[in-house]
This record gives sequence, structure tokens and C-alpha cells, in this order.
Amino acid sequence: MSETELEIDVDREEDADEETTSDEIAVETRDLSVWYGEDRALQDIDMKVPENKVTAMIGPSGCGKSTFLRCINRMNDRIDTCRVEGEVRFRGKNVYDDDVDPVALRRRIGMVFQKPNPFPKSIRENVAYGLKIQNKTDNLDESVETALRRAALWDEVKDQLDSSGLDLSGGQQQRLCIARAIAPDPEVILMDEPASALDPVATSQIEDLIEELARDYTVMVVTHNMQQAARISDKTAVFLTGGELVEFDDTKKIFENPDDQRVEDYITGKFG
Amino acid sequence: MSAGTDTNELFGDVDLGWERLKGRAFLGFCIAASGFGVFALLLLLGDVASQAVTAVFVRDISVVRFLTESASRFPDEAGFYAAVVGSAWLMLFTVLLSFFVGVGTAVYLEEFAPDNRWKRLVEANLANLAGVPSVVYGLLVLAAVVNLTNPLSGERVGPILFAGAVALALLIMPIIIVSAQEALRAVPDSMRRGSRATGATNWQTVRNVVLPAALPGILTGTILALARAIGETAPLIMVGALLTARRAPEGPFDTFGAMPTMIYYWADRPEVDFHYLAALGIVVLLLILIAMNATAVYLRNKYETEY
Ligand SMILES: Nc1ncnc2c1ncn2[C@@H]1O[C@H](COP(=O)(O)OP(=O)(O)O)[C@@H](O)[C@H]1O
Ligand SMILES: [Mg+2]
Repeated sequence: MSETELEIDVDREEDADEETTSDEIAVETRDLSVWYGEDRALQDIDMKVPENKVTAMIGPSGCGKSTFLRCINRMNDRIDTCRVEGEVRFRGKNVYDDDVDPVALRRRIGMVFQKPNPFPKSIRENVAYGLKIQNKTDNLDESVETALRRAALWDEVKDQLDSSGLDLSGGQQQRLCIARAIAPDPEVILMDEPASALDPVATSQIEDLIEELARDYTVMVVTHNMQQAARISDKTAVFLTGGELVEFDDTKKIFENPDDQRVEDYITGKFG
Repeated sequence: MSAGTDTNELFGDVDLGWERLKGRAFLGFCIAASGFGVFALLLLLGDVASQAVTAVFVRDISVVRFLTESASRFPDEAGFYAAVVGSAWLMLFTVLLSFFVGVGTAVYLEEFAPDNRWKRLVEANLANLAGVPSVVYGLLVLAAVVNLTNPLSGERVGPILFAGAVALALLIMPIIIVSAQEALRAVPDSMRRGSRATGATNWQTVRNVVLPAALPGILTGTILALARAIGETAPLIMVGALLTARRAPEGPFDTFGAMPTMIYYWADRPEVDFHYLAALGIVVLLLILIAMNATAVYLRNKYETEY
């Protein structure tokens, strides 16, 4: 919330800086453009998302952040009017190539949505869902526990694993959805404003969790909350209206010394 | 517009009296209309109940005998047993024939079919099918099943119970499809997205998330559709059901009588004694209907999910 907190997090970022340069790239987009019918939602996006880091995508609403995220695991495929051009490379492979099965892709790139959407099933069944459909059912109970621990939910639900996931609070539901996404052990986790429907306490729990997750996963998180991006991310991409990626750099640089005047305006404008 | 302005001066040119009168008149009409339906239903129930009471207490018809004996030439020996069993068999095969095909159609239309002209054509036809008079299904099955020659025995298939079930299944299929579609549509898209984003195929999503969530609604619709089928008389008569169910059918390929045809037969006889049997039969049929509807409502309320 406060400026100091912002600074502290930016400091933490500094240690990681040295590694960033030599980092593996998990996801890379090249000339990625998206249209909905005649309307262009993204314009020639080039971006290299480093492995095991938190990459934040910020920008005003309607600037194409969700669209961008959905391109990465091809959740746009189902939208009839949506047309994608350019490349999204996951570990060097263009996910829009004909020989890529989007289902297989989504087993390696998990996703968490803005509004928590647990299934009307027990907590255990929710977490085990991905494991079951992917036939990873060895040590199911153990895997469920691990996922719930990683999602910082285990202690709250360990005695009620058989009660419905819908009976949890909003923040718990969202952590349940995170557990569901990470249980099958994907490599990348996409999060679309995962805390925007939650109260401040639940939000800060999710934020802590996201930083935690970056140890094991590559996290790409959309947020419209700039302080949140500054707090939790290593890299920040700023999109502006029209679907343009204006600047993409280390979070510290974006918030302290952006190259682009529009980014500075956007950030300072919001901070007041 | 100070507080002192005269009301008349402010709103004097607005005359709402006539509008309000029209509103009240229309409201009165609507209340009377809905009252009429309730009144007609009460009249019907009252009539049936009074006849049934007369049958049991004045005519001394034993309820136990009525439920354990089957049709007879003699009113004081006749009962409803074979007809009840016949209807139970009919419902079993009707639901087997209509449920899977109906739910399969609904799943295809809601979860898989691209939203194109072909899909709209199918849906328009379903709406039309729901309006086809039931007797037509009876005629169809008479031609397409009953009058066929059995290739094994070389004989005509004849008025078997299975044929009746086919007619009823066709009759309620559109109802099952439409209610299943509604139940599927009630499952929010966020559930499908959550499943697909976890790496599920479309089929896995339907099988593991959408169908389980929609099942209570689908079952509710199916029970209500069966409640419609169990009272149908015309298609059974067309198919050649026995009007007098003297013995319970022994399987799907046996001849059969059912509750509505039995009631129809008794009510049609000139002897007054049979009319009381018809009244008792109607009471049994109505009780079964109420039980089915209550089950449907219970299912809906118990398993309704708030997402
Ligand atoms: N399913 C869709 N069909 C048509 N247009 C869409 C769809 N989803 C998003 N858009 C349009 O694409 C643009 C970007 O939307 P979105 O990616 O949701 O932005 P953001 O997440 O940054 O708010 C908006 O103009 C929006 O109206
Ligand atoms: Mg969005």
C-alpha cells in the first residue's frame, strides 16, 4: 500500500537482477496480433517472459491484457470471431503450429481466472481434477496435499477436504483454484486479475502466494493494480489502449525510470 | 418550486384516474384468470375424490382387492393390478429409450454443435415435434413397429409393450431434450473454462464437470416428462394396447394394458359399477403423478447449486 513497501519490494528485485540476464525464456511472443472480427485487440506484441519469475501485465481496462494471456494457452480458440497472427513460442515451439494440441498445451500452462470458479465438487475433487483427467493418479492424496500447501490453503481446509469447494470464502476459493491449477504441475501459470474480486486481506494472501509460486513456476499475472504489480513482479509489461505493448522491462525500471513518456504518465497518473 | 407551491398548480394537468382504473381492471382480470385454473383443478379433484369416497365407503369396493386383482367382466371382482404393472413396465422402457437419446441430443446441441443454421434447424424441429399430437406417434409406431413382420418367427410383431414404449419415448423425447438443454445452459461457462484450462478435453469437461452439475436438472426434467407419458392414452390405443388388463405383462414383448387405457375402458362401460372403478383408478394415477412431481421438485431444490 505505502511507498515504502513499494521500495522494499523493488530492493528485493535487485538481487534477482543479475540472474535475469542469463535467464531461460519460458514464453516468447513474436509479432503477436489479435483481432475480434474487424477490431484489433493486440498489435504486434514482442515479449520474452523469463522462467521462474513473476511477469506482470498492467494497463487500462480494455487494452488487451486478458486477450494476451488467453493467447498463451490458446483459450481464445473457442471464441469464433477471434483471429490470431504471429507466434507464441513456448520453450521455442510456436503453440499455434498445426501439430500442437491445445489440450496438451494447457496441461503445461495452467490458468487462474479473475472470478474464482471452483467446481461444485469437494475440495479434494477440485484439486485432484487435473491429476485425474491427466491420469496422474499415483499418490493422489499426497499430490492434493502438496498442491494445497503450495497454495497456502492446506491448514485452513485439511479437516474438511470432503466439503464442497463452493462453501469456502472468496479468497479461499481463489487459492483452491490456484491449487487446482498447480496440482498437475504445469510449467507456466497464467493469472488474470486473480485478486480483483477479493477483499484486501485475501488479496495480500494471493500476492504472497504469487511470489512464492515463482520458485517453482513461471508466473504471468494480469493486474490493473499498479502497486500490486510493483510489489510482486520481477518484470512488468505495460499495455496501453489499442492493444499496444508500450514498454516491457524489469519492474524496477518501469516504476522508477520508464523510457516511454506514456508509461510514466500512466503510472504517475494513477499514483496521483 | 418552493414548498408552498399548490399541488393542483404543479400536477393539475396530469389526470391519472383513467389510467389507474384500466390498471385495476386488468389486474382484476388476471386474478380471475389465474383463479379459474385453480377452480377447475379443484372441481376436478373434488369430483374424483367424491366418486372414490363413494366407491370405497358406499359401494364397499375393497382398496386392497382393487390393487391386487386385475380386470374382470364382473365389477366386484375387477382390479387395477395388471394395469399398474403394465404402466410400470412401460415407463421403464420409455425412460430407457428416451433418456440416453434425449440427453445425448441435448449435450450435442449445447456443448458441441457449432452455432449454425443446421443447429437452428434441429432446434426448430424439436419445438415442432413437441407440438405434434400424441395420437400421431401412436400411428407412426403402429406402422413402423407393430405391423412389421418379425424376421425370426415370420409373424406380425403385434401390439407389444415395447411398441407402446417406443410411442411414448418419441412423444416425450422433445421434452427431455429441451429440459436437458436448459439444465446444461444453467451450468456457468466459467466451469467449462476452468476445466479446459486444467487440460481437459471437451469430452472430459462434459463428462466430469458439466454433466454432473446438470444432472439434477436433467433428472427433474425427465421425471416431469415421464409424468406426462404415464397418463397418455391415445398413442397406446393406436398401438393396440389391451383395454382390459387381465394379467400383468411378463416382459417387453408381451401384450399389455396400462392405467390410462384401463380407466378409459371402465369409464366407457355402460354399467355404473365400472365407473366407480374408473374413479378409483384415476385416484391411483393422480397419486402416482403427484409422487413423481414431488420427487422432481425435491431433486431440484436439494441439488440446486449456487455458483
Ligand atoms: N470475446 C470477445 N469478443 C469480442 N471482443 C472482445 C472479446 N474479448 C475482448 N474483446 C475486446 O478486446 C479488447 C481487449 O479486451 P481484453 O483483452 O478483455 O482487455 P483487458 O483484459 O485489458 O481489460 C476490448 O476492446 C474488448 O472489447
Ligand atoms: Mg481483462
